[in-house]
Amino acid sequence: MKRLPLLLAVILVLSLGTLAAAQDLIKVGIVNLPPEESGYRQANVEDMDAVFSRENGYDAKQTNTADNSEQIAAARGYIRDGVDFLLISAANASGWDDVLESAKRAGVRVILFDRAIDTDPSNYEAALLSDMYYEGQLATDWILANVPEPINVVLIRGQLGSAAEIGRSAPLLEAAEAGKLNIVADGTGGDTWSLEEARKVVEAAIAAGKDFNVIYAQNDGMAQGAVQALEAAGISHGKDGKVKIIGFDFNRFALRNVQAGYWDADVQCNPRQASQIDQWIKSGNIPKGIIYQEELILDTNTITDEHIEKYGINADPGKGVITR
Amino acid sequence: MQSEIILKMEGICKSFPGVRALHNVDFTLRKGEIHALMGENGAGKSTLIKILTGVYQRDAGKIDLEGRPVHPRSPQDAQNMGIGTVFQEIALCPNLTVAENIFIGRSRDNFVHWKKMNAKAAEILDSLGIPASPTQELASCSIAVQQMIAIARAVDMDCKILILDEPTSSLDEDEVQKLFALMRQLKDRGVGIIFITHFIDQVYEISDRITVLRNGELIGEYETSALPQIELISKMMGKALSDVSAMKKQELRKSDDSVPVFEAVNLSSAAGVKPFDFTIHKGEVNGFAGLLGSGRSESVRAIFAADKVTSGEVKVNGKRVKIKSPLNAMKQGIGYLPEDRKGDGIIDELSVRDNLILALQVMKGFFRPLSRKQAEEFAEEFIEKLDIKTPSTSTPIKSLSGGNQQKVVLARWLLTHPNYLILDEPTRGIDVGTKVEIQKLVLALAEAGMSLTFISSEIDEMLRVCSRLIVMKDREIVGELSGLNLSEQDVMHMIAQGGQS
Amino acid sequence: MPRLKTQVNRSSHLFLPLSVLAILIIINLIKGADYFKITIVNGAFYGNIPNILFGASELVILSIGMTLVTAASRGQDISIGESGAISSAIFVQYVLRSGNVTLGTILVGFLISCVAGMIIGAFNGTLVSFFNVQPMVATLILFLGGRSIAFIIDGKVSPILANEISNRIGTVIPGVPIHTPIILTAVFIAVVAVVLKTTNLRLYVEAVGINPNAARLNGINPKKVIFLTFLIMGICAAVAGFIAVNKAGRHDSVNLLKFIMMDAILAVALGGNSLAGGKFSITGSVIGAYTIEVLNRTLLRLEVNPEAIKVFKAVFIIVLMIIAAPEVRVFAKRVLDKVKRPSRTTPYARQVD
Repeated sequence: MKRLPLLLAVILVLSLGTLAAAQDLIKVGIVNLPPEESGYRQANVEDMDAVFSRENGYDAKQTNTADNSEQIAAARGYIRDGVDFLLISAANASGWDDVLESAKRAGVRVILFDRAIDTDPSNYEAALLSDMYYEGQLATDWILANVPEPINVVLIRGQLGSAAEIGRSAPLLEAAEAGKLNIVADGTGGDTWSLEEARKVVEAAIAAGKDFNVIYAQNDGMAQGAVQALEAAGISHGKDGKVKIIGFDFNRFALRNVQAGYWDADVQCNPRQASQIDQWIKSGNIPKGIIYQEELILDTNTITDEHIEKYGINADPGKGVITR
Repeated sequence: MQSEIILKMEGICKSFPGVRALHNVDFTLRKGEIHALMGENGAGKSTLIKILTGVYQRDAGKIDLEGRPVHPRSPQDAQNMGIGTVFQEIALCPNLTVAENIFIGRSRDNFVHWKKMNAKAAEILDSLGIPASPTQELASCSIAVQQMIAIARAVDMDCKILILDEPTSSLDEDEVQKLFALMRQLKDRGVGIIFITHFIDQVYEISDRITVLRNGELIGEYETSALPQIELISKMMGKALSDVSAMKKQELRKSDDSVPVFEAVNLSSAAGVKPFDFTIHKGEVNGFAGLLGSGRSESVRAIFAADKVTSGEVKVNGKRVKIKSPLNAMKQGIGYLPEDRKGDGIIDELSVRDNLILALQVMKGFFRPLSRKQAEEFAEEFIEKLDIKTPSTSTPIKSLSGGNQQKVVLARWLLTHPNYLILDEPTRGIDVGTKVEIQKLVLALAEAGMSLTFISSEIDEMLRVCSRLIVMKDREIVGELSGLNLSEQDVMHMIAQGGQS
Repeated sequence: MPRLKTQVNRSSHLFLPLSVLAILIIINLIKGADYFKITIVNGAFYGNIPNILFGASELVILSIGMTLVTAASRGQDISIGESGAISSAIFVQYVLRSGNVTLGTILVGFLISCVAGMIIGAFNGTLVSFFNVQPMVATLILFLGGRSIAFIIDGKVSPILANEISNRIGTVIPGVPIHTPIILTAVFIAVVAVVLKTTNLRLYVEAVGINPNAARLNGINPKKVIFLTFLIMGICAAVAGFIAVNKAGRHDSVNLLKFIMMDAILAVALGGNSLAGGKFSITGSVIGAYTIEVLNRTLLRLEVNPEAIKVFKAVFIIVLMIIAAPEVRVFAKRVLDKVKRPSRTTPYARQVD
């Protein structure tokens, strides 16, 4: 067993050598969360499969589990198999030091995607992450630029304590702090990102007689629930309406709603890190440290079918179809 | 044999509200003696044991342990004095190891010395010849070995007195012999053993002395070898025969050519009753007689398929039928009032009305509920007929007295108009007035053509209502008695002889 | 022992949920006197009460099933949200694959999803009744794996249910002033009432829950009865899933009916039912479910900080349960008696219940 790392190193050197010579496939091990976790993850997993394909010059395997220890075991397996690159989206940010160090010893290059890991930056090459704060900033800036004063916002948070909830809340809270807008109601889905909970938050705000003109819902499902509450109460919204609706995640149904003027804007949370990583690997030019992805915000004026087709995730209800 | 007295209980009295459980009872235990404590249910055996082990405090009397007066305050206290007890239900932890079970709750240390503990346990097991390893999980041992481990646990702490309460009830013959070997070994070490059992033969096999209790009073202490079985049984049951002529028993109407209402051949059940044959005719009242644990309840449960039937052929009115579940039996016109009223009879939180209509309702089927009005009428009818004392039909049955609860369960079966009704201890734990009412009712029902099987621990009661007695001993039918002039003497003879044949 | 508790509650099992509900309504009335105000928006009733009835639909239906499962099996089904997610996924697939959506399509889809719910119930019920697995352990399997199954049925996306009939089921039917989920819930409650009236379900379930031995000796098969309650639970989950997915217009396998079993179990307890089985009150559970809906909305109305809302909910429930507890009632009565005593000339006997 002690000779194993040596053996692996030998194989690795040999394979690298042959790679250069004979255009061999690049071996990639992908450790990811399961697709059923969310629409985001489903798109992410599919994207990984699509980009790291044989046709594209890769010999890739993907493990999908939400269990951190299973993820670590899978990573060890890939290192043992002698992969060239290890791509990780960790279930849990801690506990990865050992396996990352053994990857380093074995000469496996590690790239983190979507989720950061609490470890020494020398333990991985690059981390390509979604910047939730940046996404919140895009939405907040859009509100400040497009909603007439006074801006009164109903904030609907997602699952409390999640990276997305914390990141997407912060810029809005800061803007409120700075007196640029008012948050008139602040609710949450609690342990979930549930549509029903979002609906109740808005119903409570209406019942309390709050006057508001923006709904800042931290994912598309919650924006949908919020709009349902407005519809039932007979409050206008969308392009020509009183209340501006903003959602997150670029679900295709949400983008269609924006396109139809039923909602106002949606912010991207790009699940497709694969092509960027592919480009890094192929060019041999892998950056160091944390790299944040560029994200888009689309509103009723800027959205096109092409956007929906290219950047959207999940099922597409079709052009002109509103999902209430 | 040593005759040094280690335990002397004198003039023990204990009353509970409304019941005199023990009156002036003496009990003496000698070193190295196996002493059987005998008596029917309610005789006071368990009360006496509970006083000795500190569960109850005595009202009067004294207990001397090795010549010094003692007052056990709690089971723990009694244990510290050297009085160990092993109950019928094994009170051990099946998922712990044998060694852990022997020592659990014993050590005062917060830390367990595993090695030491296992070594000590191995020593104990070895010295008692118990075939188990200290590190084995208890659940993997047979019931008999578990029983022995419970004894080992009790014996370990310099036990002077060991109380075994029905230790053999769930053991087979081989296992009983192993247990007896262990008991003899402890006896040789000078431990005094109090042995409680319902198996008469076992008493004669292992015990040196017998103390008999009846109705909370001491009947006497005897050398086992000097007390014939028949006398023991008569002492346990009591000889005072009440006047039988007070009630008119029906003539035995069995005519040989009439088709029996119910007939079973080679019937047996998973509850452990040996295959038996049984017949009952229209209008007949018969009974299973025998001591508690003789298998009389198991027999009627087999008839009703209350336990899983393992063999036998059954005919109802001459036609072969399959009775695999209580519902099958009910559909064949059989009713069964169980022995354990609380556990098997009443649904305690439900109303008198719901309890009363339950069996009829189930027979009618899931989709055909009785109307509230109809249920109410049935309830009212039987409350009046049987003189059930209840504030209303909606009163939860648990707030009724035992006798009235029993009447509701009886009414439940009468409502189904059974052809054959089995009553297992219908009069246990209820007042004398109600007892006589139930006896009269049984005779009246038979008069009207119903067949009944009647079981009671009180033999005189059975003699009063039954025209035929099937006598059981050790889960086997040992004989049958019939005729108008049956006496308790005859029954006792048969029980005693049955074992010797 | 729970038995003792039920004994105290039994005679007035509705006291607990009704008093808790009353306390919550008082709090809401203090916050705003127009709490009961109902207006008409787009031809349908609108206001707090319609919102509560609308929002609680799924919970009410699920708590009915939970009541039966609890009463018979003396345990709880924690996979109800997942069962609802799976059966509604099947409903959505049927509708999406049938092309032109008519009322018939929706009805057939609904019946198919009910069958799916029953199959799930049969799975849980088999484990509990025939393999003697504890209900929480048995249903843990689907609690953990159910959403993955729903996700796969969904074709790994979140399918859209954008037809007009679904929209009407999830909102209002033009010309009918009451939101459709409220009507469906009322119909469901009525069906349950009819079932209880025309069958021996109550007697069987209670007998099995209180004393399975005695039930068996009276011809009832306890295993079958427990199995049956899980089947009914499966139908409840399918109906709740049907309402939820039509409300949402989209099948979100991740979030649909998530963690609803917590509130359903709470509704059963709040309804004065013993979680250890036995006698049950569906009326109590239904009131309990609406009470929890009111509680959830009251917390929002009080503008509790989102980070603290769970703690608040827990504290609220504990305090409300204590206030409504029989022991406190007895105590309050005694205090009241002492105050009133001087005005009475004859002493009188007073019983707890």
